[in-house]
Amino acid sequence: MAVVERELKRVAGRAHQEGPLQEDAGRGPLEYRDPHQAVKIFGFWLFLATDMLLFACLFATYLVLRTHTDGGPTAWELFDIPGFTAETFLLLTSSFTGGLATLAMRRDRRNQVLGWLAVTMALGLGFLGLEIKEFAADVAVGATMQRSGFLSAFFTLVGTHGAHVTYGILWMLMVFIQVARRGLTMQTARKVFTVNLYWHFLDVVWVFIFTVVYLFGVVM
Amino acid sequence: MSETLRNFANTYLMWNEGPLIWGSDVLILLTIIGIVGVLTYFKKWRWLWDEWLTTVDHKRIGIMYLIAALLMLFRGGVDAELLRTQLAIPGNHFLDAAHYDQIFTTHGTIMILFMAMPFIFALFNIVVPLQIGARDVAFPYLNAVSFWLFFFGALLFNISFVFGGSPDAGWVSYPPLSELGFDPGPGENYYLLGIQISGIGSIATGINFLATILKMRAPGMSLMRMPLFTWSVLGACIMIIFAFPALTVALALLLLDRVAGTHFFTMLHGGNPAMFVNLFWIWGHPEVYIVVLPAFGVFSEVVATFARKRIFGYASMVSSLILISVISYFVWVHHFFTMGAGPDVNTFFAIASMAVGIPTGVKVFNWLFTMWRGRIRLSLPMMWTLAFIPTFAIGGATGVMLAVAPADYQYHNSYFLIAHFHQTLIGGVVFGMLAGMYYWWPKMFGFKLDERLGRWAFWFFNIGFYICFMPQYALGLMGMQRRMYVYPADMGWNTLNLVSTIGAYLMGIGFLFIVAQVVYSIRHGERDLTGDPWDGRTLEWSLPSPAPHYNFAVIPVVTDRDMWWILKREGREEELMPRPEEVKDIHMPKNSGVPFLMGVCFFVGGFGVVFNWWWLAVAGLAGVLLSLLSRSFQYEEEYSLPAEKVIETEISLGRL
Repeated sequence: MAVVERELKRVAGRAHQEGPLQEDAGRGPLEYRDPHQAVKIFGFWLFLATDMLLFACLFATYLVLRTHTDGGPTAWELFDIPGFTAETFLLLTSSFTGGLATLAMRRDRRNQVLGWLAVTMALGLGFLGLEIKEFAADVAVGATMQRSGFLSAFFTLVGTHGAHVTYGILWMLMVFIQVARRGLTMQTARKVFTVNLYWHFLDVVWVFIFTVVYLFGVVM
Repeated sequence: MSETLRNFANTYLMWNEGPLIWGSDVLILLTIIGIVGVLTYFKKWRWLWDEWLTTVDHKRIGIMYLIAALLMLFRGGVDAELLRTQLAIPGNHFLDAAHYDQIFTTHGTIMILFMAMPFIFALFNIVVPLQIGARDVAFPYLNAVSFWLFFFGALLFNISFVFGGSPDAGWVSYPPLSELGFDPGPGENYYLLGIQISGIGSIATGINFLATILKMRAPGMSLMRMPLFTWSVLGACIMIIFAFPALTVALALLLLDRVAGTHFFTMLHGGNPAMFVNLFWIWGHPEVYIVVLPAFGVFSEVVATFARKRIFGYASMVSSLILISVISYFVWVHHFFTMGAGPDVNTFFAIASMAVGIPTGVKVFNWLFTMWRGRIRLSLPMMWTLAFIPTFAIGGATGVMLAVAPADYQYHNSYFLIAHFHQTLIGGVVFGMLAGMYYWWPKMFGFKLDERLGRWAFWFFNIGFYICFMPQYALGLMGMQRRMYVYPADMGWNTLNLVSTIGAYLMGIGFLFIVAQVVYSIRHGERDLTGDPWDGRTLEWSLPSPAPHYNFAVIPVVTDRDMWWILKREGREEELMPRPEEVKDIHMPKNSGVPFLMGVCFFVGGFGVVFNWWWLAVAGLAGVLLSLLSRSFQYEEEYSLPAEKVIETEISLGRL
């Protein structure tokens, strides 16, 4: 049983007697320093995986129904190039400013964090405004989600993304309030980090929407 | 006024549907009065709220899952008995066609989603943290949310029976049959909302236990030292995370078709019903492995413990688990070979479906080799495990028969299929979960379940099982289709159907014996004072039964697979006993009423959507948002349990 003893010594000899959760405790960026916060970030990554699959299914549905217009408006007729370009510009920029908020958080600059979060939310609102305008214009010409399979899939895919953005802004506002009131602690730092992870994720999804829905739509 | 009342009674309470509904109403009313009466009489309301409804303790959540699963096994079982009673003789009119449709729909849905899922979650919760040497799951609060979402989803689904009407489009709910035009009642809405709500909880459980297993293991417990049950949970969680979003989307799109008038799966305006079938089975096939993998984990634990041998081929057990979870994504089309996807597609999915048999076979042989030359004890968990092996072998063989695409054109939707999947799901999941329940029951409650009554249950259930399902293979080959509510007398099916029904009754009697066993054992069951009644191998058996709410006073340092067994063999058990100087203050999550209230809000919102009562739906959704926000502003989530308190508890348990 010498093997067991040696192993016991090896394990017991580690700097801190903790499991995988605690291995990185006290090191790394602010949001990871408390093991409880680190595991929450890990859990959030897992959530993002499920959300990614949700979008993957919606994309698959859209691709199947893309041409099922039932004689109604087609993608080519509906999509407004300056409109979705502007939306893309706003959302991609907001992802960048969100990243700046995370950087400021790591440098422990509370006011900068608040500033960049506010800019991010403003850009997000701008994106939402344009999207609502686009949807309203579509509906005005009779392109409702009840018109055809294509439009059902379009509104659901893009609308689900829009709902995520709406929720993201609401959530960011909550984080904003908490950072304003409590400053940057390990907990609020983790919240700044995760809300931005979420925001970047929405950005990535939008890149796919931009390509698969809008670019394919106006090209094909 | 009386006109309105009658209208309400007929539309919502289904008063005109006769004695089945009236009887259920009376029973539900009596049950509610009984529960409320008992709680009030014994002044237990406070206790119920403090100790159970607001708990975030994984062991208690596990017990609540277990109770719910057994209740749902009863409900689904009653459905099954009704179906078999209807089919016992030709030309029977015990049930009419509409009722028959509703009952087979609720039977299937309940058994898979509201019985099998909570049953595996019960074991996840009760066992995993104890096996990996953790104080709790990664996200205790989320764990409570998951439970209450499941609970209220199941409740929403179940009240359809007495309020508005049950779903009747089969447990797969294929459009266009389940579209508004063909199925106007609220039943399908109940189906979609009930599963959606509990499905969100399932995704959260998957995330929670994956994080728990990857991040909360005790020091020294490398992945290849993890007990096989925990490994099976890891595999199941990965599958939950990858499969459930597809179900979420399938249900959401069908709901949009029904309540918002979209055209995803309609026959007209560009809808494509086959898309639903694909999305549903992208979830649906992994789902059967999600529920069966934990059962495989249970068998691995039980075989090793009751044969008193280290599991044979640990590494191959792990790799076969992983292989099963990967291949499970490449088989979904075998549910609809006849839909016309073409020979290339069908061939791919046929071969993948047969390939699942290989890792499964590896596992079965490993269990057999573990038993070989072991000193086997035939306690209840081992009996169910032994019964599983031939059952699953036959079920697996008929599965390979079904996987042959050309032959499937003959069996498709016949009773052959019914017999096959009942054989694998009952023989795999139900046997496995019962084995697991018997095995870990002393750990949960501190006493064993009575062996004698358990044996009666075992034999009734097993003999009944074969009598019930063997004739169905023959019936299927003779042309009897699934979902037939009545059949003529001259088809040559009469005897086999009658035999099958008798088998179903025997299984029902078996279930009643389990109930009797539980009731009897609460008083007379053998108390487990050692904490290790089976001479177990893994860490959970080093704790007293039931485990204290902080699980481990001192987190153990793991040095081997089957560590507890090795320590016992070498007489070093005291290494896992806490030493007073090592006990530190323990941070424990605080109880919270919010998960329960969030479940209520989901229920209210879902109920609103079912009947298109939008004000109610919005109110429910607002409640959900409020609960989420209140959590965001909650900062003192934990309290500190002082070391002296822990030492006191450990002394009272005789461990110090």
